[in-house]
Amino acid sequence: MEMTIQIKINQMTIAVSEGQFVLEVARNAGFDIPSLCHHDAVEPIGACRICLVEQKIGHESVLTTACNLVVQEGMEIFTDSAEIRAHRAANLELLLARAPGSKKLRELASKYGINEPRHPPIQDNYPKDCILCELCVRVCSNLGHKALAVLGRGDRKRIGLPFNQPSETCVGCGSCRSVCPTDCIFMRDTPETRTIWGKTHRFVTCKQCSAPIMTYEHRAFAVANNGLGEDYYDVCESCKQVAASRRFASVVW
Amino acid sequence: MVVIKNAEHLEDWRTELLVKTTSHRKSISVCTGTGCMALGSHKILEALRAEIEHHNLDAEVELRPTGCHGFCERGPLVLLRPGNILYQRVQPGDIAEIISKSVMSDEIIDRLLVTSEDGKEKYPTESDIPFYRHQQRLILKNNGLINPNSLEDYIQNGGYRAFGKALQMGAERVLDQIIRSGLRGRGGGGFPTGKKWEICRSTKERERYLICNADEGDPGAFMDRSVLEGNPHCVIEGMLIGALVIGAQVGFVYVRQEYPLAVERLNHALTQARNCGLLGKDIFTSGLNFDIQVHRGGGAFVCGEESALIASIEGRRGVPRKRPPYPAVSGLWGRPTNINNVETWANIPPIVDQGSDWYASIGTESSRGTKIFSLVGKVNNTGLVEVPMGMSLRSIVYDIGGGIRNHKKLKAVQTGGPSGGCLPEEKLDIPVDFDTLVREGAMMGSGGMIVMDEDTCMVDVARYFLRFLKSESCGNCTSCRDGLIVLHQLLTDITEGRGNQQTLQTIQNLAATIRATSLCALGRTSVNPVLSTLRYFYNEYLEHTQNKRCPAGVCKALIHYSIDPDLCNGCTLCVKHCPSKAIEGQKKQVHTIDSELCIKCNACRDVCKQHAVSVQ
Repeated sequence: MEMTIQIKINQMTIAVSEGQFVLEVARNAGFDIPSLCHHDAVEPIGACRICLVEQKIGHESVLTTACNLVVQEGMEIFTDSAEIRAHRAANLELLLARAPGSKKLRELASKYGINEPRHPPIQDNYPKDCILCELCVRVCSNLGHKALAVLGRGDRKRIGLPFNQPSETCVGCGSCRSVCPTDCIFMRDTPETRTIWGKTHRFVTCKQCSAPIMTYEHRAFAVANNGLGEDYYDVCESCKQVAASRRFASVVW
Repeated sequence: MVVIKNAEHLEDWRTELLVKTTSHRKSISVCTGTGCMALGSHKILEALRAEIEHHNLDAEVELRPTGCHGFCERGPLVLLRPGNILYQRVQPGDIAEIISKSVMSDEIIDRLLVTSEDGKEKYPTESDIPFYRHQQRLILKNNGLINPNSLEDYIQNGGYRAFGKALQMGAERVLDQIIRSGLRGRGGGGFPTGKKWEICRSTKERERYLICNADEGDPGAFMDRSVLEGNPHCVIEGMLIGALVIGAQVGFVYVRQEYPLAVERLNHALTQARNCGLLGKDIFTSGLNFDIQVHRGGGAFVCGEESALIASIEGRRGVPRKRPPYPAVSGLWGRPTNINNVETWANIPPIVDQGSDWYASIGTESSRGTKIFSLVGKVNNTGLVEVPMGMSLRSIVYDIGGGIRNHKKLKAVQTGGPSGGCLPEEKLDIPVDFDTLVREGAMMGSGGMIVMDEDTCMVDVARYFLRFLKSESCGNCTSCRDGLIVLHQLLTDITEGRGNQQTLQTIQNLAATIRATSLCALGRTSVNPVLSTLRYFYNEYLEHTQNKRCPAGVCKALIHYSIDPDLCNGCTLCVKHCPSKAIEGQKKQVHTIDSELCIKCNACRDVCKQHAVSVQ
């Protein structure tokens, strides 16, 4: 990676590459910036407004989010100040009103001195404890399923299935749930089935140990897109590892 | 249809058209803007047509449906030329008389004239009417003159002459004129238009786009609608000049779904322009290729924000994105895109036609030209007004607006749409320009102007605007989406008597966070209604929180109705009108209101001729 640009974060000069985002750069340099709606795998949208930093422009400094701020030559950034903390706290307090049940959110808020939120809970929030960061939607879309969507706007904004209809494209991969910062997406696994977004999928199970590997829909999607063939998914990863180590052992000894 | 080959050819056609119409001795213009149409102007038009035929006046009298004249509340409006005699609130029954008296024998019909509020003065011609007299109608001038469906009418009135001039001047000199005119964007931001064009023009990409923002989402604002409905060709001409300067091949007009008439007339105008060689390939044999597409929006307020609008045209959700990069560098499909509001585009032809020095002589040092406002609320004359920048609010409200209805006292003027601010009476003398309004806590916005009288509760007003904004936020940022929900709840608490000093403090803090940490300008300015009312009407908030009183008598939880026994004459009118049977009283005996049953609908107060019902 070619380092072509120099920026200053908390008065430390750092060489970075064109097109990088400030959040990534600052975290790599060891500065702690909290965020909820950011994930390295997807494009940033600046939804949660927690990764606030101060950008110095001339004699003034403006508050902006670090996740979607592209580095520019000579840029000066401060990642912590009384003002930043106050506004982060205020936004965390708002999010707590939306997701009072989220443990991760409560922990982060308590770091900012908020233990008991003053605002009453925002009613009718569904999925419960969803903070509308759209990570699930973005990940699902990047994977090519596009099963999830943002519905409505303003105070009626929700995450859900388009037109609230059962999804034809959800393969039950569970990626949405794995990226959710508040663990608010309902998913229930049994040895044979997975239930998510109102649909129950059957698992393909390992031919050797019978452990669930992935859902049938997920396998069909994977086979259609990566060309590996269905038999590639006959055996689970751990059984494959065991087999590989046995093979290795037989060669060495 | 004539296909125009070049600027000289256009001038020849214009001369030809002018000769043709001078054969008409008289002309009758009927407003066919949305306002007058709703009041039945199409019936007036039909009746006039029939009456003209009946008297065999076709050769002498020209009947012309025109765009909005601006004086919407007096519609349907009929304008007679020569003489510029304006008749208001014309009904089909008046038509025969108009033709027989005013057209056939130059008599003025007194009862159809606009009168002063006390009824003493009558104003026969358009220029006598105070509503028009104090305006400077640069953009709206043609609205009352031309048939929006007729390209010939537009050309007769100097249409596309500016474009012809621009072609002769060349892109650089036109750009120089726009820069020197000092024109600033009319959509709300007030960014210098010439500078925006220059940035877009100097990008390396060869494919560039133009967008006309006609997604007028402010409640009560209809400037852009009236321009598009009344004079669509002036927007097309502005965009053509823009295409020449910026080097764009494709333009888009983003119109909201709720403007069907504007879409219809614009599409009609675009077809005419294409047929005449004003759009398409090799326009005026100059090598310029440009065409315009109409894109209909779904009516989301946030799609008026440029980056959200671009996302919407691309087929994505209308959500603003972080700038920079600005659209002028990377906009529609990642290409340089110049986006201007309808009114800004409409300002371009007059600037090119009459020169930047002329244009810069209108208005103030930092804000040049005129601005169209939709003046609404508790003023006597509501409608579209166009004034030079720098005119005082007082002049707009009193000279043009004719003062406050029913001789009430003015309390506030709200400018700049839902995220604008409320200015109190003592700020009435400030000049209306971009910078002064911002300094005083309001903004120019796209030009909404709502006048409020003493019966308005400012806490309730702030709450009303926040209700609009919280449902029209795109919902991306925590601060704007959830902040506005909570802020609205806090204001509701105050209006329902649950507010205290702590509530006010929380409102202040939360508003500061929303303003500082939201992504787009709509989010950052969304707290203006609260902050400006807190700044200028703090005492009203205190009355609500400390004394649990609503001084304007609006907030239902904090008021109660009573009947003054000294004034009540026992007429039983209120008893009859009370929907909840809360008033007791026999004829000629003093009535009383049972506050347990009273639903505070104000019906008794509205009907009482003795003014005996009071609100506390």
